[in-house]
Amino acid sequence: MFNKGSELINLCNEKQAKIFEIVIEKEQKTSGLSYDEVIKKMKETLEVMKSSATSALNKEIVSVSGLTGGNSKRVQDYKNNHKTISGEFINSAMAKALSTSEVNASMGKICASPTAGASGIVPSALLAAQEKLNVDDDMLVNALFTAAGIGEIVAKNATVAGAEGGCQAECGVAAAMAAGAITEMAGGTPSQALTAASFALINIMGLVCDPIAGLVEYPCNLRNASGVINALISADLALAEVQSLIPFDEVVEAMYKVGKSLPESLRETAQGGIADTPTGRKLSDEVIK
Amino acid sequence: MKEYSAFDILGPVMIGPSSSHTAGAARLGKIASEIAGTGFYKVVFYLHGSFAKTYKGHGTNKALVAGILGLDPSDEKLRDSFDIAKSKNIKVEFIEADLGYQHPNSVKIVFKYHDKEDFYVMGSSIGGGSIIINNINGVQVEFTGAYPTIILKYPDRKGVISVISSILANAEINIATMRVTREGNIATMICELDSQITDDVIKEISNFKDLAYIRFINTRRS
Repeated sequence: MFNKGSELINLCNEKQAKIFEIVIEKEQKTSGLSYDEVIKKMKETLEVMKSSATSALNKEIVSVSGLTGGNSKRVQDYKNNHKTISGEFINSAMAKALSTSEVNASMGKICASPTAGASGIVPSALLAAQEKLNVDDDMLVNALFTAAGIGEIVAKNATVAGAEGGCQAECGVAAAMAAGAITEMAGGTPSQALTAASFALINIMGLVCDPIAGLVEYPCNLRNASGVINALISADLALAEVQSLIPFDEVVEAMYKVGKSLPESLRETAQGGIADTPTGRKLSDEVIK
Repeated sequence: MKEYSAFDILGPVMIGPSSSHTAGAARLGKIASEIAGTGFYKVVFYLHGSFAKTYKGHGTNKALVAGILGLDPSDEKLRDSFDIAKSKNIKVEFIEADLGYQHPNSVKIVFKYHDKEDFYVMGSSIGGGSIIINNINGVQVEFTGAYPTIILKYPDRKGVISVISSILANAEINIATMRVTREGNIATMICELDSQITDDVIKEISNFKDLAYIRFINTRRS
């Protein structure tokens, strides 16, 4: 068992194990399920993620409120037909993140990762990395356990709720989970995985939760698109052996303190930020009535 | 410190867009209908706080209706719940209401029957798809529906708690929590269990005399 990042690293060192191995072992112990059953369950989760990350790429999906939709396809088409600024890989990852976001907003099936609002980041980051690293689905399933282990430490020591900690607690934590998972999948050490997770949290520390009309749509979908990129670059920074000056556990604690010091207007109440702009308020009036 | 499963962090698998406003709402509806019992022809939802303000955009209304029809939060039929209710001749109505000092995501669900009196259940969606049931027909309660649950109402008398606990112990079912409250001389017992309620236990407890109300809820959060 582990509550802190430092404890997880110690366990990995003691047992000469990867993070995902420790997390799978813990899951077996606490659930009473066998190794095969736990893996099978995560495979089902992966299938839901794959489906949500791809189904809006070629089909315009519009949200229940009508506020947003079609952006995944726009980015996908743009990537296929234009010389892009940030390249095919980045645009492809963003399109997948937007896809899950749009499936979610249209009442489709997603896996909360760690929340519904941030559900685009982990799937798109892992699928992008899969392409790049040329690994099979079994490796992705393992990576999902790495992601879950990192998310668990944040859930225990801070929060993953936007209403409590702002968007940094949702899209930030999702990016941290994905960054750590990719780093480990790419051959990084457990310490490097937590370094990547730290970078992802540091990069967006203080990000507020300010959805128009209180709906999980805008700017949520943009922050899923930028969140996957945050995950990818954080993984690269850690794999390049850029050192984290602040240990992961202290970064998590800092994120929690920042979240708690955010005014309520910036914690999922639709009373501040983008939601409280003149146009944001007007759009809110239009969709809520 | 609360222990998490990997599937609490990467989960639930659910119909979007909001774990609290959609998945939690579906769970509230489902458990409420299990408490109330079948045969209702109409259901009125009193939406409080954030539920009242944002229910259309979050599909809270569709999720609640899906719930009372017995659908799970991950069922893709959820978004078609209005049509399903119509085909089953179940009417639904939504009223924005102030339910008093309640969690912002709360709902009072009133079930209407031709052959008996209205029955209501009140609950809140407290985040991440988790819920709390806090009132059944005017009786304050508190349980999450995350465990198999037994609900009993009976004229208060000595020994009921010990009889129930020994029936459960004999069936090797561990009690997670047990709460007994009393209003007038009517006691309400809510008993959350670590494993599924077996048919034998249901039979034995149902044989109790003078039970005003009895319900066994076997749903477990997947």
